Amino acid sequence: MAIEVRIPTILRTYTDGAKQVEGTGSTLGELFTDLEQRHGGLRERLVDTGGGLRRFVNVYLNDEDVRFLSGLDTPVKDGDTVTVLPAVAGGAL
Amino acid sequence: MLTIPRALYDKIVAHARADHPDEACGVIAGPAGSDRPERFIAMMNAERSPTFYRFDSGEQFRVWREMDDNDEEPVVIYHSHTATEAYPSRTDISYASEPQAHYVLVSTRDEDATEFRSYRILDGVVTEEPVTVVE
Repeated sequence: MAIEVRIPTILRTYTDGAKQVEGTGSTLGELFTDLEQRHGGLRERLVDTGGGLRRFVNVYLNDEDVRFLSGLDTPVKDGDTVTVLPAVAGGAL
Repeated sequence: MLTIPRALYDKIVAHARADHPDEACGVIAGPAGSDRPERFIAMMNAERSPTFYRFDSGEQFRVWREMDDNDEEPVVIYHSHTATEAYPSRTDISYASEPQAHYVLVSTRDEDATEFRSYRILDGVVTEEPVTVVE
């Protein structure tokens, strides 16, 4: 068992085109560090230099936005699904 | 080039007019790889702002999963500018992250004439494209 991670089109360059990859870890942050070993460059697109989630992405644990949980400290376990989506935002300024 | 049915074009404009002076936003889904906009989905603007828009993350999750289940993708991602021209701002460009999408901008600054323009935004580069409305 592992944690399934669903990758949006824009980030599939880091997963050899795969829509879905697997990883392990006890928190979301650990999961991203684990993914980085096989999918170099991916973590940097998800985590900013301050160690928080990048504002350009939404990350969901199962169907919950992790910003409403504990961000990168959110506990994860085998059988969970993590979904990454590009945040859709913008505006006149 | 964006080819869009008249009925969908009208829905985007009507949504932008209805939410004016706040920015309106949404998606038109279509079969993956088809480049055909077919299913209109008006999204909430979580910012409810005249100068900014952001899809509500929960609603986006549900809509994106639905598209995935239907083997669809966002063919058009639209939003309105309510006091400025229908051209992507720096914020629009920095967030643009659906490489296959047509980014449609509507300006409602003029009450009588709506600007409706479409762009590809890839790696920070904006390319305007012609819009063909089909009946």
